[in-house]
Amino acid sequence: MSGVERIRTVFEKTRREGRAAFMPYHAMGYPNREQTLAIVKALAESGADLFEIGIPHSDPLADGPTIQTATYTALTQGTTVADCLAMVRELRAAGVTQPFCAMTYFNPLFAYGVERFVEDGVQAGIDGLIVPDLPPEEAEEVEAACRRAGLATIYLLAPTSTEARIRLVAQHATGFIYLVSVTGITGERAELPPDLADFVRRVRQHTDLPLAVGFGISNGQQAAAVARLADGVIVGSALVKAAGSPDGVDAVRRLATELAAGAAHPA
Amino acid sequence: MTQGAKDPQRVNYRAVPDESGHFGPYGGKFVPETLMPALEELEEAYLQARSDPDFLAELAYLQRTYVGRPTPITYARRLSEHLGGAQIYLKREDLAHTGAHKINNALGQALLMKRKMGKTRIVAETGAGQHGVATATAAALLGIECVVYMGTVDMARQEPNVFRMRLLGTEVRGVDSGSRTLKDAINEAIRDWVTNVRTTHYLLGSALGPHPYPAMVRDFQSVIGQEALQQMLDSQDGPGRLPDVIVACVGGGSNAIGIFHPFLEYEQVRLIGVEAGGLGIESGQHAARFADPKLGRLGVLQGTKSYVLQDEDGQIALTHSISAGLDYASVGPEHAWLRDLGRSEYTYCTDEQAMAGFKALCELEGIIPALESAHAIGHVLKLAPQMDKDQIILVNLSGRGDKDLGTVMKELK
Ligand SMILES: Cc1ncc(COP(=O)(O)O)c(C=O)c1O
Repeated sequence: MSGVERIRTVFEKTRREGRAAFMPYHAMGYPNREQTLAIVKALAESGADLFEIGIPHSDPLADGPTIQTATYTALTQGTTVADCLAMVRELRAAGVTQPFCAMTYFNPLFAYGVERFVEDGVQAGIDGLIVPDLPPEEAEEVEAACRRAGLATIYLLAPTSTEARIRLVAQHATGFIYLVSVTGITGERAELPPDLADFVRRVRQHTDLPLAVGFGISNGQQAAAVARLADGVIVGSALVKAAGSPDGVDAVRRLATELAAGAAHPA
Repeated sequence: MTQGAKDPQRVNYRAVPDESGHFGPYGGKFVPETLMPALEELEEAYLQARSDPDFLAELAYLQRTYVGRPTPITYARRLSEHLGGAQIYLKREDLAHTGAHKINNALGQALLMKRKMGKTRIVAETGAGQHGVATATAAALLGIECVVYMGTVDMARQEPNVFRMRLLGTEVRGVDSGSRTLKDAINEAIRDWVTNVRTTHYLLGSALGPHPYPAMVRDFQSVIGQEALQQMLDSQDGPGRLPDVIVACVGGGSNAIGIFHPFLEYEQVRLIGVEAGGLGIESGQHAARFADPKLGRLGVLQGTKSYVLQDEDGQIALTHSISAGLDYASVGPEHAWLRDLGRSEYTYCTDEQAMAGFKALCELEGIIPALESAHAIGHVLKLAPQMDKDQIILVNLSGRGDKDLGTVMKELK
């Protein structure tokens, strides 16, 4: 099965079960290598349907302070792109089967070599690619390489996206589309924006691809509210923050269980 | 002069960027989706403004009556005699209001926002503080709310400019992440912009970032080269002919592209950009994107594809320069393109060579240059003696050195 197909299978399953997919993000290498492996395994056991594997970059300009600090910590410990792929391989070997979408910025990908990254990524067990600073206009090479390898090219849409841009992204995206819930950067937010339902509806008119909502979701209640609107609930900063607490793995397990339950029970 | 215009082989320097914002393989728009509509809106406003006589007239009026344009060119007689080679002329952007070329772009963009875009708030970043001061000034003049991000290392280096911005009613926010210099200030400004994009214009300070910034900033700065071209051809104030060489320092590349651009068709004029060599290329502590084959490679930073100082993993390298305004890991995409074409050349000065340029200009001409501009002078110290007495160098003196006195005092102790 290709990455695109594996991702499709996940959403078919969650749709059948009448729930949204729970899609946690983790910053690879944070707080360190060992903990990363333990945390992703804990997430896998706590109801994760699909992972976002954050490959750290020195200049993560779409990220808020939590993820910025976490990825910076990972970098200071020497985490490289190759290390991240090695961790993915280990997680596969340890029996983690959920799809992995690599989330990184364009420059680390470009420096590694787009073609080489896609090849090595597929071998390691990557199924899709999310690059927040790579709009479809600049993505020809990445899309071609992903198409050949069966990797999903996942694009973001934002509340500011015009109809024309929604159409453009819908044409280029495979796997799912990542809806940024707020005009802003990653980070926990006390409340979900009131116009979220409207935004999801606007995008829905243009595509049958699964729509996953991320940025700002931090508890089970919010996850349940998003699950009512969309096919997937993406959670980053709140889990990364939990991962950084003294009892990191347990804290992640607790929060993930709550979030997965929320995603399973649309409010 | 060569009959360039009739040569079919000739490059059309005015055809860049293309519609997608590329200068050959460089440039483009590498930004989060939230900003893509804002960039489209900005491009439209700028294209409109460029051919709107009312807008251009108001900008020209402010340049004349507020900025003090045209800035003169000055023949540097004693420096020329001292070096014993080419005749050296200085384009005096240090005499523009607020003390650097940055005001040309700040005023242009602020006016664009006010007249064409219906936004109410400006965010900007600053390294040397000159762009921040220029933006704060334009914001005060036009009555716009303004926030400037600045790395805390730069805030310490450029304390007077921090105080100036605050006097002008701008909020200065210190940035404590990463290298705590310009690159990180740009990240924070972009994050603010992503969050407040509906009301806020990002007033980017150099000829870099995503399209349309490199083109727009170039156009606002090209007033330097347009004036310089006329002034050089004038036989009363100038030499009455084109220069043989133009030298400008290159941080992001705005003062350099501003003076280069109107001269691009004059292929006999050599164009030389001077990067910050810091403690030397081998030390790795510099900001010479073109001169370091190991760290300086094609990449993407902050919205644009160009040469970027980075490690093998694509992580952006820490840079060093005695001058905050040159201390940046990437360079404007048009420079990379012109360099590929062989139309412009790039070299560097170390901190030490820049200090030599700084002192020479102070002692021989009575002009205290910005440390950025001192890099251009530093190169002239090497270049002029190799040239003939009837040859001419035009240096873009991008700014004055008041802001740098703290740094220089420490350096010369
Ligand atoms: C006086 C002066 N010159 C030059 C620069 C470098 O910028 P650019 O390369 O965009 O001209 C700066 C930047 O702050 C500056 O203040």
